[in-house]
Amino acid sequence: MASQILSAIIVIVVGVGGCLAYFWGANKLVDLVYPSRGVSGTAAVDNLRRQGLVRPWLFIGPAILILGVYLIYPVVSTLLYSFYDKGGDNFVGLNNYRWLLGDEEFRNSLLNNLMWLIVVPAACTFLGLIIAVLTDKIWWGTIAKSLIFLPLAISFVGASVIWKFVYEYRGDGQEQIGILNAIVQAFGGQPQVWISLPFWNNFFLMIILIWIQTGFAMVILSSALRGIPEETIEAAVIDGANPFQIFWKIMIPQIWGTILVVWTTITILVLKVFDIVLTMTNGQWNSQVLANLMFNWMFRGGGDFGRGATIAIVIMIGVLPIMIWNIRQANKEGGR
Amino acid sequence: MAQASGKSAGKSFFGRFGVHLAVLFFVLIWTLPTIGILVTSLRDKNQIVASGWWTSFSSSMQTSATRLSPPSSQVQKDGKFVIEGNLFETPGSSAVSAFGTRSAQPTEFKAGDVADLKDGVTLQVNADGSYVFASPVAFDGDNGRRVYYAATMPPKFTTDNYNTVLLSEGIGRSFLNSLTVTIPATIIPIMIAAFAAYALAWMRFPGRALLIAVIIGLLVVPLQMALIPLLELYNGVGNLFGVPSKTYLGIWLAHTGFGLPFAIYLLRSYMAGLPRELMESARIDGASDFEIFTKIVLPLSFPVLASFAIFQFLWVWNDLLVAMVFLGSGNDQLVLTGRLNALLGSRGGDWEILTTSAFITIIVPLLVFFSLQRYFVRGLLAGSVKGG
Repeated sequence: MASQILSAIIVIVVGVGGCLAYFWGANKLVDLVYPSRGVSGTAAVDNLRRQGLVRPWLFIGPAILILGVYLIYPVVSTLLYSFYDKGGDNFVGLNNYRWLLGDEEFRNSLLNNLMWLIVVPAACTFLGLIIAVLTDKIWWGTIAKSLIFLPLAISFVGASVIWKFVYEYRGDGQEQIGILNAIVQAFGGQPQVWISLPFWNNFFLMIILIWIQTGFAMVILSSALRGIPEETIEAAVIDGANPFQIFWKIMIPQIWGTILVVWTTITILVLKVFDIVLTMTNGQWNSQVLANLMFNWMFRGGGDFGRGATIAIVIMIGVLPIMIWNIRQANKEGGR
Repeated sequence: MAQASGKSAGKSFFGRFGVHLAVLFFVLIWTLPTIGILVTSLRDKNQIVASGWWTSFSSSMQTSATRLSPPSSQVQKDGKFVIEGNLFETPGSSAVSAFGTRSAQPTEFKAGDVADLKDGVTLQVNADGSYVFASPVAFDGDNGRRVYYAATMPPKFTTDNYNTVLLSEGIGRSFLNSLTVTIPATIIPIMIAAFAAYALAWMRFPGRALLIAVIIGLLVVPLQMALIPLLELYNGVGNLFGVPSKTYLGIWLAHTGFGLPFAIYLLRSYMAGLPRELMESARIDGASDFEIFTKIVLPLSFPVLASFAIFQFLWVWNDLLVAMVFLGSGNDQLVLTGRLNALLGSRGGDWEILTTSAFITIIVPLLVFFSLQRYFVRGLLAGSVKGG
């Protein structure tokens, strides 16, 4: 245990020191190889130009190396794996994709993922917007926002325990200690085992992610709402617009871009949702999703990397449109 | 909307009241689940399953059984044999409302009454738990008489669950493992990203625009795409050099790789917004890029560095997937999220264990979050409003 702390400290020191030493040393080396001081005018200009060619790559080199090993190589490799069998040795063409289309569990996951994709971003954005508008008008709005924002810091596993306790079911005749069943009972309803209710259990899992992510939507949208020029709203009031018209026709169009960003950010998160399903149901009772299915196949029966990779590709295909849109958007802004 | 509803005073009053109520409703939904596990983690193990946590602040009525003092403690008083004492270890800790001597009728007599138990034997139990057990003939036997009583138990809060969980459920060790993973995995990417971000923001070189586009593309690549090849790579490296493939170094580098696109993106857009004159005047004074970076850009970028550090810290601390793939499940490598997941499987209904463990895993992020919320929000706005 002590050695673990020690090795962590050593790594921090060595890692940070190593980084600094690399950047500083490489920089010095360039100065030595292409001196710009103490040489004749033309040589100095030449060397300065060469320095300018080399130095950016020294600065960005480590980042490119790590991105290459940890993201770019794996993306290409995963694509290749999806055309190979279990162990990754024999080329099987499109067999994995064919298997996927016929697999009951995959179709169920895909369907569930689609439901998640529709419900969660919509609910987060909608609730986030409402809360942002409401909290803007009251003196304790900042405190309220802080509290609603809080779950964003909680891990998905932690949130799962929190909500599992909310959904807790105890048999007939026992006191319900899950707050949801207690409320249902207080209103004369029948307590339920929420996370195994066919079909609806998906929504009880989605609530957890909505609970976590609404704070994110709220903060971003709240700042966008503040950015709306006062004059536009005042002008609408003078023209006799009612509050709903102001909200829908003046405010919403002005923050439309932000709404889109919030929506896509949460969409990407939803495509990757894993922890919540793993810890709440592990895909039982028809609540499977793609990321958990992929994890399953990675290790199931010693691991089937071909099928796992194929499911990863499906998730990637879901992200692709957003990725392209982001890149085009960034190019439009001129690399700024 | 506020301006519009201000037109009539009456509407505005009810409107405002409604807004307060609506926000209160949202705040309650968003905080009650967390409060639930905090309160539960502090409750007595037996009380957790007996009643909902929301009742834990009020006293609850419970029927219990206990034994009176054994006959050896009897004294003679006024020609009678008397045993006196108190039902509770700490007298007055709860209030007896009724008592009885038969399990079929545990609340046969009211507190303070003198119960006639035949043959002149009497038992009186008072509300504070004190009792007088009297008989005309000497008591015999080894054990004290069994009595039943109904008492209002005051709420009982304890930190026992925390002791149990930290010491015997391995949460304490996992806490340490989480720190071991998180701190280096937060610091390493900052350095690498800062230099790369500076180059992308302020240095001219061919391929720069392409690199920026690639990084924006990598921002959204799902983690799932990286898992299988990296697992194979780690296994390969492990076999080649005869070292374990699941190591802390491995997960530090993995988290660095996964965090790098966002780090570079966030830092670059901040650095690109710094005033150009600053760099140019420094350059005219003969400062090199390295000096400009370390002496001007880095200090000025402190807020965005802090933002990223918080993000990365929360992300790594809260991560389950990467830890499950790149670290072992042994005691020396299981992080908090992994341990909590394991406990959900093995201690399914033991809410005193689960709620306490969950609270320990979320307390660090909550503290970080509350103390550094300003930087967190700033990073959130800078990181998402432009790209996503």
